[in-house]
Amino acid sequence: MSDEQGRAHWAATRKLMGVMLALWALVSFFIHLPVASLNQVVLLGFPLGYWLAAQGSLIIFVALLFWFARRQDAIDRAHGFAEDE
Amino acid sequence: MAFKNDGGFINNLGKIYGIYTAGFLAVVALVGLLEFLGVPNIVLGYIFIAFTVAVYAFIGIVARTGQVSEYYVAGRKVPAVYNGMATGADWMSAASFVGMAGTLYALGYDGLAFILGWTGGFVLMAVLLAPYLRKFGAYTVPDFLAARYGGTLARLFGVVVLMSCSFTYLVAQVYGTGLIASRFLGIPFDIAVYAALAGILVCSMLGGMRAVTWTQVAQYIVLVVAYLVPVVILSTQKYGVPLPQLMYGQALSDITAREQEMLQQGLATATDLRPYLTPFLSYDRANFFALILCLMVGTASLPHILMRYFTTPSVRDARKSVAWSLLFIFALYVTAPSYAAFAKLEVYNNVIGQSLDHLPQWVITYSNLDLVKIHGVSLHQLAGAVAAAGQALVTGAVDWTGVAQALQAKGLTEALAAWEALSDPLRQFVFDSVAHNPAITAPDLFRDAIKVAATAAGDASGVITNRSLTLDPDAIVLATPEIAGLPYVIAGLVAAGGLAAALSTADGLLLAIANALSHDIYYKMVDPQAPTARRLIVSRAFLVVVAILAAFVASTHPGDILAMVSWAFSLAAAGLFPALVMGVWWKRANKWGAVSGMAAGLLVTLYYLFGTRYYAVGFYELWSGLSGASADDIQKYQSLKAAFEGAAPELRAAAWTALDAHAQTIANWFGIKNISSAIFGLPLGFLTLVVVSLATRRPSPAMADFIDDVRRPRGKELMEGGRLLRDLR
Repeated sequence: MSDEQGRAHWAATRKLMGVMLALWALVSFFIHLPVASLNQVVLLGFPLGYWLAAQGSLIIFVALLFWFARRQDAIDRAHGFAEDE
Repeated sequence: MAFKNDGGFINNLGKIYGIYTAGFLAVVALVGLLEFLGVPNIVLGYIFIAFTVAVYAFIGIVARTGQVSEYYVAGRKVPAVYNGMATGADWMSAASFVGMAGTLYALGYDGLAFILGWTGGFVLMAVLLAPYLRKFGAYTVPDFLAARYGGTLARLFGVVVLMSCSFTYLVAQVYGTGLIASRFLGIPFDIAVYAALAGILVCSMLGGMRAVTWTQVAQYIVLVVAYLVPVVILSTQKYGVPLPQLMYGQALSDITAREQEMLQQGLATATDLRPYLTPFLSYDRANFFALILCLMVGTASLPHILMRYFTTPSVRDARKSVAWSLLFIFALYVTAPSYAAFAKLEVYNNVIGQSLDHLPQWVITYSNLDLVKIHGVSLHQLAGAVAAAGQALVTGAVDWTGVAQALQAKGLTEALAAWEALSDPLRQFVFDSVAHNPAITAPDLFRDAIKVAATAAGDASGVITNRSLTLDPDAIVLATPEIAGLPYVIAGLVAAGGLAAALSTADGLLLAIANALSHDIYYKMVDPQAPTARRLIVSRAFLVVVAILAAFVASTHPGDILAMVSWAFSLAAAGLFPALVMGVWWKRANKWGAVSGMAAGLLVTLYYLFGTRYYAVGFYELWSGLSGASADDIQKYQSLKAAFEGAAPELRAAAWTALDAHAQTIANWFGIKNISSAIFGLPLGFLTLVVVSLATRRPSPAMADFIDDVRRPRGKELMEGGRLLRDLR
């Protein structure tokens, strides 16, 4: 296991971390900023801004985490740092 | 079924918990049948609670262990999905289960900050912390701090933060358990608290983490069934579709329409009606987002949650397990707003605008529990006052003004307190009624008492208005079965669910605290040579001592402690998050940086929490330049202050109370509320950690290698049996 492999592994991990945190910040904060205008759109009785905070963001969080677990595992495997099954 | 964590057990988990779930549903059906046959409610309550607690106790006893690694981390054999369920139960506290829907009911859109904050935090945990702490192989969170930041000081700081955020939280769980037990079983609260203690200890004492894990899985199943069933039935009744998460959209539209109607009919006014869907009425924009951030970062750093991910077989499983945890938590949090919306609509349609002569039955039931008040009076208070008046009459009071004196003379302090909770016109009314007919009961008087209170408040409408109705948030989940007119078995199910939520969180917290004391303090600092058997005995002794202490504090009805629970998130966020995250993600972070960062974050947060809450006047005087107070607020403060300074000695206390109450609303930095105080401590903690680290020595090359190993899933853990395997100096 060379140092180079280690560095590449950590660079890829850091990149994935950056992507995850950016998406996290987007879903946690930024999409809720225009809530008043989003609430003008109503679907099945839900004002969109309300729905995003009550359900939409949560669904994205869950999906993000399953996606992240797979992506990070792929990075670990690609660089030879994954655990044996 | 062995709960032995051996291959046979782990491979059959699906079957075992499948049978358990079927058995639980069969008991629910059986209790329903017994109810149909006319068995009294209190017996049904006992059957429910006895059955569930017996199962938890059974698991707790069967899963006993004498091995250190089983005791602290369940042998690291818990599959990702089941650890996710256990984390879900660990996470869902009594307050989440009972109070979340109520918070949404009261705050409308702004309450969603809690839903967002308490879910999004798991993203931070999965990406930044959980897998790395799992690879490290610690038994406790302070273990990691000690290894990474070289020694006792960092460990001690970790323990201090852990204790300060976990203990108040634990007290609240014990309190919640006692409350549910006393409400549904009719035993006095003080005894119920100690009964709850026994229920908590039996799950954790013999088997440590292993026993807590498998009981938490069982508790998750009970609490998710109990949370979903009533609202699914309600949704089917009202909208014909058993999907409350989808159907409450219709309720939201109806609420908005009804709000307009109430305003037109004069049942509500623009000042007392907060439109349910309008954002930023209770929290302004800054507070809303600050609260979300603090709850998220706090969630990611809570030690009793983090340590659940020490139990998975691999780093890969730890990551997956966070995702499963969030999915299981999602199932409840996505449902909570539907409870709130259905309850809101029910109240707007069938309570507000009702004649005082036709109160819905559930309003009377919950008023009897002091959870619903109309014109500030509940049936519970009224019953206390009726009893007090009766006692006073026996001792010779001749009119209502003599009651207090008569009670005082007899030393009847409880009756006196109940009497003084009512306003003068009501006291007069109660006394005259009881004097006229000593056999009269509070329910007989309730309607007329409300009318007296309405008249005193200048409300001649004869109906319940938005302003005159006060609903305790806790009533929402508890009352839903009755609002829907469901049989008692469903109410009992909800009680069992609330109990499961409280017990499971209490067990996780208790274990986190006891492990910190036994492993971090006793084993690591006092007696590093202690043999295994003694370590486990010490751990169990701490478990009992901490549990008894928590039960004792809970039995004193500590209102302030319950309010402090929300502080746990800010304390964990500011005290632990920077040191934990930088320990993994920044090799240059060193001992002095971490220790000073933790101290700075924790102290500033504590200062803000206590200053704005308990020393509001002093805090405001010192920081008035930073306060978010408006010109009106400042003027009001000045006049209250002048009133206090000029007050006669006997009026000083009252003037001070008024001044302090107002000061609490303006004692802040930039208008940020107390609950989000980590918004200051968190960046300060990071900043201090970075600056001090850069100003002091770089960590050793051995440390750099160690961090590399923590970052790579492959290879052995860096700790074994609670001992660090290499020298990092």
